[in-house]
Amino acid sequence: MIIKILGHGCANCQRLEANTKQALSSLGLAAEVVKVADDADIASYGIMRTPGLVVDEQVLVSGRVPGAEEITALLSAAR
Amino acid sequence: MALTEHLPSTGRRLGLWLVAAAGLWALAYWVNGWLWDALLHRGLGMDPDARLTEAIHFFCYDTVKIALLLTGIIFVVTVLRSFMSVERTRAILGGRREGVGNVLAAGLGVITPFCSCSAVPAFIGFVAAGVPIGVTLSFLIASPLANEIAIGLLWGLFGWRIALLYVAAGVVIAIVAGWILGRMRVQRWVEPFVFETTLRGQPIDPARGLSLDQRVAIGIEEVGSILRRIWPYLLVGIGLGAVIHGWVPTEFFTAHAGPDNPFGVLVAVALGVPLYSNAAGIMPLVEVLYSKGIPIGTVLAFMMSVVALSLPEMILLRRVLKPQLLAAFIAVVAAGIVAVGYLFNAVAPAPG
Repeated sequence: MIIKILGHGCANCQRLEANTKQALSSLGLAAEVVKVADDADIASYGIMRTPGLVVDEQVLVSGRVPGAEEITALLSAAR
Repeated sequence: MALTEHLPSTGRRLGLWLVAAAGLWALAYWVNGWLWDALLHRGLGMDPDARLTEAIHFFCYDTVKIALLLTGIIFVVTVLRSFMSVERTRAILGGRREGVGNVLAAGLGVITPFCSCSAVPAFIGFVAAGVPIGVTLSFLIASPLANEIAIGLLWGLFGWRIALLYVAAGVVIAIVAGWILGRMRVQRWVEPFVFETTLRGQPIDPARGLSLDQRVAIGIEEVGSILRRIWPYLLVGIGLGAVIHGWVPTEFFTAHAGPDNPFGVLVAVALGVPLYSNAAGIMPLVEVLYSKGIPIGTVLAFMMSVVALSLPEMILLRRVLKPQLLAAFIAVVAAGIVAVGYLFNAVAPAPG
């Protein structure tokens, strides 16, 4: 499972990353978390508002910061 | 997010919470109206006419009032806007011709949730979906101008007519400026990589499938996030407003930008373009300047040029727009603001 955080590193993106890592540890999953900050790459995923959460090339959330619980639920469903 | 995870999840409880919160808000607003008079003049015995007293009164009263207005407006508008998304706007605008497209884009810019940090992915995303550059620019001009903070504060401080005029003016500027820039065939002034970006897969629409709980949570989240980000600007703006209110005489302003000065609007815009502030920080200043006799058109032109043409956003846009387009963008929007300023001055009655 490859997880990508789309964003430029503002506070929201950092919170998304933190919540994602929390979700991963609560599920006991080891997954690669990659930060994508390049504008062209971010836009190519079709999202128009950062931050974005991409799992295995599927955009799960965009434009808001979901809590760790919601990410846990999303990751379980994505497996 | 801890606060939002404690929100009640049944519809009726949530409804009760919201009503209670609204009541509390109204109460706080009402108390703020008389509290500072009572505290400063009767409680502490300060002289109501002294400049220091006036300045402190302004500072305390305005801080609470603006904080309350911001909380209420941001929450309500964010929840309403959660029904709309930039992705949906793109789907609506994709492939549209100019003219109609500009009008749609400007209107959508008002109701779509948007922040300046997303200007670049939004621009690229629009172009990749086949939205003409001019139409995209109409959206990008209307969005920061139709900032809910600006509109809400204008409403709270000047009444709904002024707020509505502001929105209408912003939309017209966005339509005309976007259309003009589109006619100038600015494609050659867009960074090439923008046209090479292709969308992979199906873009999702984040506005779909959100429950009311989630919308309220997003609203609360946004209030916290915005207040955390802007409170220094707000305090500086109110502080400055308090100083001007207490110590700078009216004559100073009317001499330079008053109703008799035909260059007032130009001065206001020239000052506003290089200034950076968010709408909330500039509002106390706007309020004070108007009370010191500067005409409403000049004051609104100042505010628009601060809000619509901000240095951070220009720096961001530089990633996708070449200097010529950026310069044209700034020039056309500034010209529009100047025109609106003069129009409002000509139409509105003199400040009371």
